[in-house]
Amino acid sequence: MTLERSVADAPLLSTAQVVARGRVRRTARRRWVIAVLAALIVLGYIVSLLVGQTFYSPAEVIGVILGQDVPGASFTVGRLRLPRATLAVLAGLCFGMGGVTFQTMLRNPLASPDIIGISSGASAAAAFAIVTLSISGTAVSVLAIGAGLGVALLIYALSFKSGVLGTRLILIGIGIAAMLDSLTAYVLSRAAMWDLQEATRWLTGNLNGVSWAQTVPVLIALVVLAPVLLGQSRNLSMSQLGDDTASALGVRVERSRLILIIAAVGLIAFATAAAGPIAFVAFLAGPIAARIVGPGVSLLVPAALVGALLVLVGDFLGQFAFGTRMPVGVITGVLGAPYLIYLIIRTNRAGGSL
Amino acid sequence: MTLIHTLAVENLTLGYGDRTVIEGLDLVVPAGRITAIVGANACGKSTLLRSMSRLLVPRAGQVLLDGKQVHRMPAKELARTLGLLPQSPIAPEGITVADLVGRGRNPHQRMFSRWSAEDDEAVAAALDATDTASLADRSVDELSGGQRQRVWIAMALAQQTDLLLLDEPTTFLDVSHQVEVLDLLTDLNHSRGTTIVMVLHDLNLAARYADHLIALADGRVHAVGAPHEVLTEETVQAVFGLSSRVLLDPTSGRPMMLPIGRHNVSVPV
Repeated sequence: MTLERSVADAPLLSTAQVVARGRVRRTARRRWVIAVLAALIVLGYIVSLLVGQTFYSPAEVIGVILGQDVPGASFTVGRLRLPRATLAVLAGLCFGMGGVTFQTMLRNPLASPDIIGISSGASAAAAFAIVTLSISGTAVSVLAIGAGLGVALLIYALSFKSGVLGTRLILIGIGIAAMLDSLTAYVLSRAAMWDLQEATRWLTGNLNGVSWAQTVPVLIALVVLAPVLLGQSRNLSMSQLGDDTASALGVRVERSRLILIIAAVGLIAFATAAAGPIAFVAFLAGPIAARIVGPGVSLLVPAALVGALLVLVGDFLGQFAFGTRMPVGVITGVLGAPYLIYLIIRTNRAGGSL
Repeated sequence: MTLIHTLAVENLTLGYGDRTVIEGLDLVVPAGRITAIVGANACGKSTLLRSMSRLLVPRAGQVLLDGKQVHRMPAKELARTLGLLPQSPIAPEGITVADLVGRGRNPHQRMFSRWSAEDDEAVAAALDATDTASLADRSVDELSGGQRQRVWIAMALAQQTDLLLLDEPTTFLDVSHQVEVLDLLTDLNHSRGTTIVMVLHDLNLAARYADHLIALADGRVHAVGAPHEVLTEETVQAVFGLSSRVLLDPTSGRPMMLPIGRHNVSVPV
C-alpha cells in the first residue's frame, strides 16, 4: 500500500519540489547533528564537573556555581574543574571553527592551522612571552595573534605564485611549523626553571592548572570572532568552487579571504595562548564533522562542536583513564597522527578535500 | 529577459607579472547573439574572458557593461547580469547536483537571508532547461563528463544572467557531448535571448554555432565578424600558422576548415 502510494506520488513532484526536498533533508541532518553534539558537550561538561579524584553531587556543584561556600567543592570544583572544563569547551570551539575555516578555504584537509604552522607560531610566541619575557594576560594573546598572522602571511607570500595555492602552501607550512616548534623547544630549554607541565602546554597543549584568568580572553575572542566567521559562512561555502567561480558568483574573494584568515587566526591564537596548541584538534574537527553532517552544508558550527567534544573528552581521558595524568594534547595527538597518515595516503591517490 | 545589455572592451591591456597578454584591444559583443572567441594556445582568449567578468584587473583600458566599468561595479550586482563558467570549475566532494546548481543563486541572496521559494524555482528551471532534473539528488562526483558540464551550465543558468561567458565549455567532452552542449547554449540564446560569449578550440564548431567570431592573435583582434568573413584560409594561416582549405559545410551553409599538414595530402594545394 505504502509502496504503491509512493510510486503514484513520485511523478507528481515538480522539479522545484525535488529541489526543496533535497535542501530540507540536508539542513535537517545538520540541525540534528548540531543538537546531538551540543547535548554530548553538555553531558561531558557536567561529568567533568562531578567526577574526579573526589565525586561531588550535582547539588554541591550547583551550589558552587551559584557562589555558595561548599567545603572542599568550592576549591576543587570552583577553582580547578570549572575553569578547566570551560576552557576545554571554549578552546575546542575555537580550534574546530578556525581549523575548518582554513581547510574549507584552501580546499584541503591538510591545510589546517596546526599543520601549516599557524598554531606553532602562536605557541612559540606565547611560550617566549611567558617563559622568557615573564609577561602574562592579554599581552600574551596579542603576541600570539601577531605571530599567528605573521606566519599566515609568510606562508601565503611564499606559496603564492600567480594565484596558485594548494600543495605548495601545505609543504611550506609544514616546514615553517617544524622551525617554529624547534624555536619553542629552544625557548623552553633556555628557561632557568621550567616544569614539565608548562613545557607540554607549549609543545602539545595542556589544561593543567588552568584558571579563569586564562579562560576569559578565549571566551571574549569567541564571542567577537565566531559571528564574523558565521557572517562569512556563505562566502566560505562559495570559495569551495574555486576562486574564479566564486568571484563570478558575486563573492569578493580577496576581501572575504582576508576576513576569514584574520578571524580564524584570531580564534586559534587566543585558544593557543591559553591552552597551548592542543595537537590535531583543529585538524581533526572539520573532517569528522564533514563525515557526520554530509556534503553541501556549512561546517563551521558542527566542526566547532566536534572540536569542543574532542578537547573535553580528551582532557577527561588524559586525567583519569590512565595511571598517570596525561596532557590533553597527548591524547588528541594519538588520535590525530594516524588520521594524518591516512589523509596523506588518500590525497596521493585522489585530490583531497573535506 | 527584455533588457538588452551591451558589453564592450576599450583599449584593454592585460597581463600577468611581466608578461603582457592582451594589448590595446577594442571590441563590442553583439547583444542577444552567440559570439565565439578563437585563436591559438596562449593567445589571450581565456585572459580576455576572465577580465570581461572582473576576474582580472586591466593594466590599461576598460571593460564596459552598459557603459559602466565592470571593475567598479558591486560584485553581486555584476553577477546578476553577467555569468561566467570557468574552464575547470571545482565541485566540492560529495555535493549533490541540486545543491551545486543552487550555488548559482548566491548573487540573488543576502548575507543571512533564508532560501526562498523563488530560489527553488530558479534552480528547478535551470535543471529542467539542461535536462538534469532527474540527476537532482545524485552526487556530482558520479556523473559523466557530459552530464557534469550540463550541471555546471545549469548552475550558471540559476544565476539568471542576461550575459553568459563560457571558457571552453566543450573541453574534455567527446564529439556528441560537444554538440549537445552547444545545442543547449543555442537553445538558451533562442528562447531567452541570452547573450553568449564562449572561447572555443574547435574552429568548425565555432563557425557552426556562433553568429559572430573573434579571432585573436598575439593579444590583438586579427579578424572579427560573421563566420564566413572570419573563417578563411588567410585567417587560419595568420592566426594558427597553418595551411588549410576552407569549404562550405553542406549541412549548415557555413564555412568549415580542413587542416593541411605535411602528410597524407594527396591533392596539391
